[in-house]
Parts: sequence; structure tokens; C-alpha cells
Amino acid sequence: VSTLVIAEHEGGTIKAPSVSAVAAAKSLSDDSSISLLLAGSGPSLHEAASHAASCHPSVSQANPLLTNKFKNPLAEPWAKLVHLVQQSGGYSHIIAASNSFGKNVIPRAAALLDVSPITDVTGISESHTFVRPIYAGNALSTVRYTGANPCVLTIRSTSFPVPQKSVDSKVDQAPISQVDLSTFDEDHDKSRYISHTSQDSERPDLGNARIVITGGRALKSAENFKMIEKLANKLGAAVGATRAAVDAGFVPNDLQVGQTGKIVAPELYMAFGVSGAIQHLAGMRDSKVIVAVNKDADAPIFQVADYGLVGDLFEVIPELLEKLPEKK
Amino acid sequence: MKIMVAIKRVVDYAVKIRVKPDKTGVETQNVKMSMNPFCEIALEEALRIKESGFASEVVAVSMGPSQCVDTLRTGLAMGADRGIHVDSTATLFPLSVAKLLKALVEVEKPTLLILGKQAIDDDCNQTGQMIAGLLNWPQGTFASKVIVDKEKQVATVDREIDDGIETLSLDLPAVITTDLRLNQPRYATLPNIMKAKSKPIKKYTPQDLKVEIKSDLEIIQVTEPPKRKAGVMVSSVDELINKLKNEANVI
Repeated sequence: VSTLVIAEHEGGTIKAPSVSAVAAAKSLSDDSSISLLLAGSGPSLHEAASHAASCHPSVSQANPLLTNKFKNPLAEPWAKLVHLVQQSGGYSHIIAASNSFGKNVIPRAAALLDVSPITDVTGISESHTFVRPIYAGNALSTVRYTGANPCVLTIRSTSFPVPQKSVDSKVDQAPISQVDLSTFDEDHDKSRYISHTSQDSERPDLGNARIVITGGRALKSAENFKMIEKLANKLGAAVGATRAAVDAGFVPNDLQVGQTGKIVAPELYMAFGVSGAIQHLAGMRDSKVIVAVNKDADAPIFQVADYGLVGDLFEVIPELLEKLPEKK
Repeated sequence: MKIMVAIKRVVDYAVKIRVKPDKTGVETQNVKMSMNPFCEIALEEALRIKESGFASEVVAVSMGPSQCVDTLRTGLAMGADRGIHVDSTATLFPLSVAKLLKALVEVEKPTLLILGKQAIDDDCNQTGQMIAGLLNWPQGTFASKVIVDKEKQVATVDREIDDGIETLSLDLPAVITTDLRLNQPRYATLPNIMKAKSKPIKKYTPQDLKVEIKSDLEIIQVTEPPKRKAGVMVSSVDELINKLKNEANVI
């Protein structure tokens, strides 16, 4: 088993979902060799490459790719790059995280390789047998890949948590080698990157946060939604939202938790004014402890909650803000 | 310019699905079937582009058993000009769908191909990216805004990504896959439902399109997810904080 992990980096380190992809690659087989493919430009790529080479003990090689062509994560050149690297490397598996980058690039790369990708994998039972949720997680499908190499996967990062590294672990850094781009076909760019808008926040990333505080339609306005943000700040938590809250414009789209939004599995998930549509439950049902606060005692969210409180969130949240211990 | 839209017939989004006792799949007999919600958004976007004068024709395509024709009729009632049904009783995984679509693109020569970003049954989120790769067309996936410039033959697409919105400019022809907030699909009116009955639906088989349906995937079993154990109701904020601190140890 030899695996190519398609990795993303930021600020000189490998992004957490990509480290999860490495963890998934490791669980394919005991004797798997893992190579990381990174691309970008500037000194942070080199830092990321060193980090890649030591981010997991089973990484045997990091392949950073220095080129401006990959400054922005466009699917078209990336898919071609994966195809090229596969042709020279002959990997048995290609893995990326099932985030917006992996979802965009991997199926396109798989099509170029003429193989079926298996997306959003939550479990690996053998090197070619995988479990993935279907129907918004209301069923689990076990799929076997029977085609030629490579077996192409995207993995749900919450299902492949990365153990906290112990400080004294000595890891031999894997060699870093450059990808030969001489045969990369630099055709006319049919797709151009224009801009990216995001709202910077001090809060932890929704996908990896230990605590997530989510608000639903019952918050009624963007103004009221700030209560959720205040509570999140107090607990050092990330903020999530239901589709209804995003559609109503209370918060931006990237906070949506659900079947087609972010999938989260924090230690504590607190849902305020969330009814619990199956599409929302799909995004948070793997949370360890779920708390639901809702006025409606019959709300479906209570069926998955570990602790339910029937009450008016406009009374409950201020009381929580007052009584919860300050995050140290 | 012509727009092709791919639509999938799926179990209605409001149905609570049941896993078959023999673990071969999900019960679809006597279950309400509908157009995949993301495909409705894709068709709506195509119709709006046509209504703004940028396109002359919208062709809806569906693949699968004969009942797909019902879903195509719904699309025609929403306003698509004609339908194409690729008749197949075999399980069609996204790679096969993408190959069939590629063959149809070669026949129909659309300038824009719009698909839903994912189907709510298998949740694959693959077909649009795969057909774009096979055609070597640029792709704008998870679109929340699409602006077509007919003069420059360019589409500007806002994409919903993990950390915000990304804007791309794509040369036409291109593939676009739709996210939830792109538009609010219309309902078919009764006169349009009547009119849809006489709109043409052309039938193809995979053999007609010279696509061999083979699969490199095997579904071994479909099971129910583990149930969460029943929780408790608390009666006050104090009790909740106490439980979270001393029982769950999470704060």
C-alpha cells in the first residue's frame, strides 16, 4: 500500500484536515508508505514541507511543489497535477480531506484517472473497503473498490482524529523531493481566480473546535445571534448555524452545519433554537455531548440530545452567560 | 446558446428513509420520489439565464429507470424546453453518469452544463467535477451566484467554500454545480404542467451513446447508523451547568 495524500497548508503548517487524511492513510494498512503532495509558492511552502515530513510518523516522503501555478487552489491544474504525479508514482491510494478543496479537486482528478472516487469516507475496514454515510447519515453504506489503482478517497476529518503529539517524540524527518513538472501541460487558463472573501474571527475553526455553539431560526435576527457569539467567546467555542439561520442572513454561509455544510464532532455541541431537521442532524450527530435548548418540547433535536432543556433561549442564554465559569 | 441541466430522481427530502432488513439498500418502493433539490436549483438557474436573454434553450437530462420520465416532466413543467432520458436499469455510479453526459454533450453541444452539487440520496458530490474533467472544461462548483457574460463568453461564479466565498471567472463552455443559496426554485403552474405533457423527451440507451456501463464499486451492505442513547431532560440552567461540569466533564 502506497498512498499519496493531497495536502493543504497555511502559514507554514499542514492544515488539520490534511493531517486527518494522513491518519486515514495510516489506517489503510500496517505497512503503508505515505507521500504528501503540497503546492504553492514562497518560504511558507518550505516550512510546510518540513512540517509535512514530520506531521505523522508514517510519512515517508513529502513532495512540495514550488510553482505559482498553484498559488490559488483551482481544480483544473490541481486535477492535472494529481494525474501527473500518479502516473510517475504509481500509488495504490490517493487520499484528501472531504473539505471544499478535496471535494472540488478529487472527483475531477479521479475522472482523469478513469476511476470511481469514494467520497466522505468515515470508516476504513480494509485497504479497499470503506464505510460512508448516505441519505444525510441516516444510513451507512459499505463500499468495496474493485477497480484498478489508484483507489481514490476523500475522508471526513472528524472520523480520523489526529492524536495530540507528545513533545518528546523524536521523528525522523522524511526526505523532501521536488515533483518534476517538465511534462506538465501548461495550457491556456480556462479558469481564473478573482477573489476570496472571508470574515476573520478570533474564535476556533468550526471544523476542529472542542466546543460548538449553534443557533437556529429562533434567534430571529442577526442582532440576536450575537448572543450565541458571546456565549461562544465565553466558552472558547466555535459558532455554528442552521441552514435557516444562514438563509435568513443572520450569519455567513461558512457557519452552516449540516448535510451540505460543515460536519462537526466536537466534545460539546450546544444547540439553541434548533429544531433538528435531519439535514442538520447529519452535520452534528457524532458530537460527544449534545445539549439542546428549545421552546418546543417536541422538537426532534431532543431525540439526539444528551441534555435537553425546554425553555426560552432569550432567558436561558443570558442566564448561562452569567453563571458559566469564565474560560481560563 | 444552449444550457444542459442534469436532474436526478431521488427519495423526497422529507421522507424518513428506512434501511431494508436484508441490508441491500434503502426502501424505495411506495416511497415518494422527487427531483433532487439541488437539481431543482440547477434547473431554476438555467431558466433564469434563459429568461435574461443569454440562452435560447434549456435541455433537461435524467438517467435511470423509466420513472425518470416523471421527473423530467416536472422539469419541463418548470420551464425546460425538452428532455433527454437515458434509459438504464443498471446502477449508475457518478463515473458512468459523467461518461453518459459527456456523450450527450458531444451530441447537443451546450455552452453551459449545470448540475446540483450533490444528490441527497448517495451524497456523493462528484458528478459535476467528473464531467468537467472528462470534457476538460473549467468548473465552478458549489455556486451561490452566477453571472453570464455572453459577449466575452465568460461566467463569473461565486462559490461557497469552507472559509467564505471564492469568486472565479470561467471561460465558456463550463460546468457549474449549484449550492443551496443560488436561488429559490419556482413551482410549476397548472398551465405549464399541461404544456409539459406535449414537450418532447428523447430516449437514449447507454449503447446508443456508446458508453459501456461497468462499475469499479460494489455496495457490500447498507446498515442503520448506531443510535444515540437516550438523553435526559433538565429543568433549569443550574442543573444543566452542574451536569456539564460534573457528569459530562466538558466545561
